[in-house]
Amino acid sequence: MNRLVVGAHYGLMDWLAQRVTAIVMAVYTLIIFAAALGGAAASREAWHSFMANGFIRYISFLFIVSLCYHAWVGVRDIWMDYLNSAAVRVILHVLTLLALIGYAGWAVQIIWRL
Amino acid sequence: MPEMTKQRPKHLALHQIRLPLAGYASILHRVSGAGLFLMLPLLIWLLQLSLSPNQESAAMFSAVTGNLLVKLILLGLLWAFLHHFCMGIRILLIDIHVGVEKQQAHSSAVAVMVVSLALTLVFGLKLLGAY
Repeated sequence: MNRLVVGAHYGLMDWLAQRVTAIVMAVYTLIIFAAALGGAAASREAWHSFMANGFIRYISFLFIVSLCYHAWVGVRDIWMDYLNSAAVRVILHVLTLLALIGYAGWAVQIIWRL
Repeated sequence: MPEMTKQRPKHLALHQIRLPLAGYASILHRVSGAGLFLMLPLLIWLLQLSLSPNQESAAMFSAVTGNLLVKLILLGLLWAFLHHFCMGIRILLIDIHVGVEKQQAHSSAVAVMVVSLALTLVFGLKLLGAY
């Protein structure tokens, strides 16, 4: 009997997205760490002017989007692994998604108005 | 097929399960990720305070990060980030078939635990103002 497994195909995409976003965040972390060693966080003024730089804002934006996507896949996996009730799971999926979208908007407006 | 119908445990007796170190490192990857997710609002708020030009934000940033409870939370998040980071690199390497052998996988799990704890100590002392 041919049976279509509902919800197939998103697994590989999310697996790949988890890796790509991880690499983006790891590289960003190393850049910020190197900058901090170079004095980018030595004072509030230095930190502000560093983060206001166009390229840094661009990669900070990529970091924020990567973080939220990465967290979405990871947290959703936790709900899927431990919650048996479909209703509870759906509610928590939606709350997680709404929280992360809000965090993304909040964080992006912090760096984008600099 | 008798093996299909044999008695199986109905639940996992967590206190009886002995995991290899890589198993604990793996669970800590999940725990650290969950902790970072739950504390995201705090981290974004601190980012906002650190970048806001007005004086009240500067004072608020100093007050919040000077609080002992916040320092402890940040110390925990520092470890969580470092463990998640190191374990993430281990996972990416295993994805491309580096360190798949049993002994290598054990060694890399030890390395993740040791390196992330050592870096937490180094950066944690900075966070607590020791140097």
